[in-house]
Amino acid sequence: MRTCGATPGGADLAGIDLANQTVIQGAVLRGGVNDGVPNGAPVDNAYVRLLDSTGEFTAEVPTNLEGQFRFFAAPGSWTVVVLAHGAREEVKVQAQQGTPIDLVIQI
Amino acid sequence: MSRATSLVSTEWVQENLANNKVVFVEVDEDTTLYEKGHIDGAITFHWREDLQDGLIRDLISKEKFEALLSKSGISNDSTVVLYGGNNNWFATYAFWYFKIYGHQDVRLIDGGRKLWELKGLPLVTEVPTPAATRYVAKERDNSIRAFRDEVIASIGIKNIVDVRSPAEFSGELAAPAHLPQEGGQIKGHIPGAKNIPWSKAANEDGTFRSNEELSELYKAAGVDFAKETIAYCRIGERSAFSWFVLHELLDLQNVTNYDGSWTEYGSLVGVPVAVGA
Repeated sequence: MRTCGATPGGADLAGIDLANQTVIQGAVLRGGVNDGVPNGAPVDNAYVRLLDSTGEFTAEVPTNLEGQFRFFAAPGSWTVVVLAHGAREEVKVQAQQGTPIDLVIQI
Repeated sequence: MSRATSLVSTEWVQENLANNKVVFVEVDEDTTLYEKGHIDGAITFHWREDLQDGLIRDLISKEKFEALLSKSGISNDSTVVLYGGNNNWFATYAFWYFKIYGHQDVRLIDGGRKLWELKGLPLVTEVPTPAATRYVAKERDNSIRAFRDEVIASIGIKNIVDVRSPAEFSGELAAPAHLPQEGGQIKGHIPGAKNIPWSKAANEDGTFRSNEELSELYKAAGVDFAKETIAYCRIGERSAFSWFVLHELLDLQNVTNYDGSWTEYGSLVGVPVAVGA
């Protein structure tokens, strides 16, 4: 899957009340080619954990068939941790209400 | 009950896949997971359609529980082995449910679906067609279930353990961060409750921490094991996980799950509420 375009990572945001939700979302890809555009096979059996600014666990979701995940958080610093067979990745993000964060995480 | 009788390893599962006495049951929050793939031979229960009354907010009746287990091929002498996603939240809720209706031998896969997948163990999509049984449940055992009046009367007397995330406990969030935030309830927690998030009892791979670590976790947060303990969360599933830790792994018998939890308590008129850490 190549994810160039307006929505590089996570699922379509249609129907999400972005004015009142603080969205952190993205896609987990494996085996991509490093050519500047996010690409690779979607990982549909990864687990994505959201940790708060103190490192405390807040939530965890499995990825969907497109390797995508989504959290409804609060504004502030968060860490996204991806666990999959043979892989573990961490990404730090700064979330804001009204501006969704859209990640592409390569494992 | 103890770790030895309530918990099985992924290795034990692999050795017992063909054991006719064992019925594997997957229970997920995300009910599409089972269709993506499940442990060979496992059936699934839908936490809402199979395990909620549907008309009133309550567990299904004894008769409906008997019908569910009978059509699922579960006998009174079956070893029921539960597992699921989300670190076994809904699987522990189902475990608590089986205990409510008096099933003798029910166990949980340590690490649940997550550890199974992280180890790269096989999942299948074939759905089994079990032969029906005639399951007979016991009357509900409410000694492991707390109701709202008891919870209100227990403030300042019993241990009340809020197992939600710190942001939900403090009143910053109304629901876990993977769900849309609800507006129906007051935000905050039951006064005097200790915030011991369910997640502190689990390792990153979904397995439970050791009994020594678990015991220290609750004691350090101010839980007096000599007193009765009530666990609650938002809808009673995460608190079933912590109930499992206290009642089954640490073998404390005076522990109840308040399945009404914050969606009930936070909607009650006039009850005391606290906010902040």
